[in-house]
Amino acid sequence: MSTKDWPLWEVFIRSKQGLAHKHVGSLHAPDAEMAVENARDVYTRRNEGISIWVVESSQVFASDPSDSDAFFEPAQSKVYRHPTFYEVPEGIAHM
Amino acid sequence: MKEVNLTELEAAFQAKIDSEVRIEPKDWMPERYRKTLIRQISQHAHSEIVGMLPEGNWITRAPNLRRKQVLLAKVQDEGGHGQYLYSAMETLGHSRQQSMDDLISGKAKYSSIFNYPTLTWADIGAVGWLVDGAAIMNQVALCRTSYGPYARAMVRICKEESFHQRQGFEIMCVLMKGSEEQRAMAQDAMNRFWWPALMMFGPSDADSTNSEESLKWRIKRHTNDELRQSFIDATVPQAELIGLTIPDKDLKWNEARGHYDYGQIDWNEFKQVVSGHGPCNTERIAARKKAEEDGKWVREAAMAYAEKKKARKAS
Ligand SMILES: [Fe+2]
Ligand SMILES: [Fe+2]
Repeated sequence: MSTKDWPLWEVFIRSKQGLAHKHVGSLHAPDAEMAVENARDVYTRRNEGISIWVVESSQVFASDPSDSDAFFEPAQSKVYRHPTFYEVPEGIAHM
Repeated sequence: MKEVNLTELEAAFQAKIDSEVRIEPKDWMPERYRKTLIRQISQHAHSEIVGMLPEGNWITRAPNLRRKQVLLAKVQDEGGHGQYLYSAMETLGHSRQQSMDDLISGKAKYSSIFNYPTLTWADIGAVGWLVDGAAIMNQVALCRTSYGPYARAMVRICKEESFHQRQGFEIMCVLMKGSEEQRAMAQDAMNRFWWPALMMFGPSDADSTNSEESLKWRIKRHTNDELRQSFIDATVPQAELIGLTIPDKDLKWNEARGHYDYGQIDWNEFKQVVSGHGPCNTERIAARKKAEEDGKWVREAAMAYAEKKKARKAS
């Protein structure tokens, strides 16, 4: 194909006020404005959204899954960060 | 040394699959798993967009405004389904353009059902009811497929599919309550679409080459014959309810099996259609090719405009 391919965009949709934008998929578009318009047609045909973010896929930098055990290990060993680590005497209902 | 490593990686991969952990795009996966998925997802995507053609054929001739609105919405959904699936396929590192080129060159396959013509309005009913019905049977099972992006695309698709089948069945119901000619038209559509719909599930288990590996990797969770049987069991009572006859003299309820027995599928016909000799193969590919070529200047112009805007902003 001689045509330059349209870049790929990741699409994030807020389904209603009070909720965060959530990744729903990707699509191709020549620029951000058209990516938002295409995202409306592709991902919100049933009122799934009230707000759309698009990010060019090439701009996403991700953690490496093959390294994820070591990468997330620091959090795994810290059980004292969770309330269940602590003993609460009988008779205390809410804490 | 490298050999051992690969064996370990494969074992770890299979362990993940066995414990129902979904595979995500950047995870290590066997090359054959990746290839199988690229082939399956792109075929599935092509089926959605080629599937727009036989129904698109009736948009301008729908019998009233309600039917026309519904059919437009359905066909637009199918276009959307293609988009979700191409998007899932791209996460495996296969470009959408390459996939489109393969469709147009005839290298890629798509569901054989879309190579049959839609001759009458009743065919639109039969397609929605039987073809989408068969597709749903397949797609519901795929919502739990092992590859994350594919499974998520399937969940979206299944949510949208349910109206597709209902609108088709509604068309058939209305025709069956109509005149003698209308009932004959519905029965004729049933006669032509029943067997091709059964073929949509693919070759019988004994002859299905990719099945075993796909089951092991939980890309598939049911065999072709299992899904076909579920479809038949679900559909026969629907046909009976509205007075349509299933065009299969061997069809009968088997009390012992708890399923319907059915006649021999003409696998020769299936092979013919899959290998490019169905009634509409040439027409379908030509239509996709024309769309691709006619749209080229639009894609180029949009890209040129985007680049110009970007340059203006930068200066
Ligand atoms: Fe679909
Ligand atoms: Fe559909």
